[in-house]
Amino acid sequence: MLDLFHDDSHRALAATAARFVDTNIRPYAEAWEEAGSFPSDLAVRAGAAGLLGPTYPESVGGGGGDVFHGLVVAEALVRGGSVGTAMGLGSHAIALPPILALGTDAQKERFVRPVVAGTRVAALAITEPSGGSDVARVRTRAVRDGDHYVVSGQKTYITSGGRADYVVTAVRTGAPDSGHAGLSLLVIERGTPGFTSGPPLRKMGWWASDTTELFFDDCRVPAANLIGAENFGFYAIMANFAQERLLIAATCVAMAAEAIRLTERHVREREAFGRRIGDFQVIRHRLAEMRTREAEARSFVAVVAERHRRGEDVTAWVAMAKNAAVSACSFVTDAAVQLHGGLGYMRECGVERLYRDARLFAIGGGTTEIMNEIIHRFAPTSR
Amino acid sequence: MKIGVCVKSTPDTAITRFKYTSGNDGIDAAQVKFTVNPYDEFAVEEAARMKEAHGGEVVAVTVGDAGAGKVLRETLAVGVDRGVHVDAVNTDSLATARLLAAVARSEGFGVLFCGKVAVDDQASAVPAMVAELLGWPHVSVVTAFSTDGATFTASRAVGGGVEEVVTGALPVVITAERGLNEPRYQKLKDIMAAKKKVVGVVTPESLGVSAADLAPVVTFSAYADPPERPKGRVIPGDAAEAARELVRLLRDEAKVL
Repeated sequence: MLDLFHDDSHRALAATAARFVDTNIRPYAEAWEEAGSFPSDLAVRAGAAGLLGPTYPESVGGGGGDVFHGLVVAEALVRGGSVGTAMGLGSHAIALPPILALGTDAQKERFVRPVVAGTRVAALAITEPSGGSDVARVRTRAVRDGDHYVVSGQKTYITSGGRADYVVTAVRTGAPDSGHAGLSLLVIERGTPGFTSGPPLRKMGWWASDTTELFFDDCRVPAANLIGAENFGFYAIMANFAQERLLIAATCVAMAAEAIRLTERHVREREAFGRRIGDFQVIRHRLAEMRTREAEARSFVAVVAERHRRGEDVTAWVAMAKNAAVSACSFVTDAAVQLHGGLGYMRECGVERLYRDARLFAIGGGTTEIMNEIIHRFAPTSR
Repeated sequence: MKIGVCVKSTPDTAITRFKYTSGNDGIDAAQVKFTVNPYDEFAVEEAARMKEAHGGEVVAVTVGDAGAGKVLRETLAVGVDRGVHVDAVNTDSLATARLLAAVARSEGFGVLFCGKVAVDDQASAVPAMVAELLGWPHVSVVTAFSTDGATFTASRAVGGGVEEVVTGALPVVITAERGLNEPRYQKLKDIMAAKKKVVGVVTPESLGVSAADLAPVVTFSAYADPPERPKGRVIPGDAAEAARELVRLLRDEAKVL
């Protein structure tokens, strides 16, 4: 279980996150999902509660916590009932780590601190219409011109793309065929001439999250916004994958737990053939399987997170944990819809939303297939 | 200035199901999750804000067993600098007040904030008793508070939309009503910093409060559940007819009209 590795500080932070979610998200979750967005001042409130950067250093306004502090907040946000809100509110979790790892103090002060406070929004932009998983194919070009880069190209499927003030953007600074070795990360700021975002994309799930295309048309970006060294962008992106994927895995575990909670309530109340459906063995056993899959994933994620906290190289483990958690979440949300019957197919039903929201996790943050390649490449070989 | 705040460890009413001890003469504490009395959270927040505005030190005080001392620690992450845990059990309101007054006197508080009521016994007795024992003024159910360091202004809603404004000289005992402020969240940074803060444990003897002073003047003899709510009744017929019948029942049976 995740909480096997918790101390009082994790429990206290979980209580803070739960209180925040109960007051600020849960009552509005359904309305925000239907509206396709959540209010922008939610981030300000979350920042004031210290929930936007629990694992970031105190020097940038973060909580200075460990990976489990990040995971308890991710879990609590899911319990708000809108995964889209949780993901939109957390879009900086993939955008800021490269700046924290490789940025200058001035860049951290400028781009990280206001995002952790909730007054600015950050997004990460890698995927392009020509490809996502194949990062080496990034075509958006950045050409140095004096103390600026001139950026031209296009990004898509960018979480918080419409709201982001700072977009950490993967650009090609090397030759067109330079592959991984020619990528750099530039922070492109909202309002920069030539930078525009498209209308919200219509998605299967994550409705409250704002996902858009981004366009860069001879957009002049100060060279001071380069994160780390030129042509080292790929490594900057790779540096944070462990924590990012653990957050995704914990989110999936929390979604499975939420689906189980809703299903337990349903089978206690719903009657068929003269008794509560939870009294039928077929239903009880299905729920037992759901609980088992959730517990398996939760335990595995916890162990990998603990290895990560101890500083071990968990590249392969984390890929396995993500796949295991995504698989458990898909199984559980599918079974939850089934046990809800016709109601489970209705928009008013919480498990209908979880089922739709779950699907993206096998694609985003590295697809299941890419995870399998990583496992193949990095797992210790058995003797 | 030292700012005092009284904190009581009370059952978390959101998740607690009560069970009685075998003789029905108490609540089985082993079955209960304890937390900071909700109204005390407003008191703690007001103390923290007063310190942020004027400087000084916020000292939270509780009376109870080791569990109460642990609950007191929760306040160290939301603006309290130091805790004082008076190790005494089974104290009634007056005994508790004697102990809190002794702490207030020895610490030299300029203001003592309390919650307007504890959600367990609902007595609302201790803060007034503390004020009386100290000879300080006492303003209850306060919804706005300010001070210049020598005098205070406190507002209280007295019903009918009327607000009463009380002014006076420090020191003073203030009890907090919901709406006085919005308690802050425990942020991780503060949770970590709280680990380094100290809760001092003191005994009644060290405060100069004798066993005789602590002898209860109120004892609880038995606990019982309220009677079960009778089943509701549906009055049939059209609206006008049903309304007439409802009025008749309220007058003749319920005798509330």
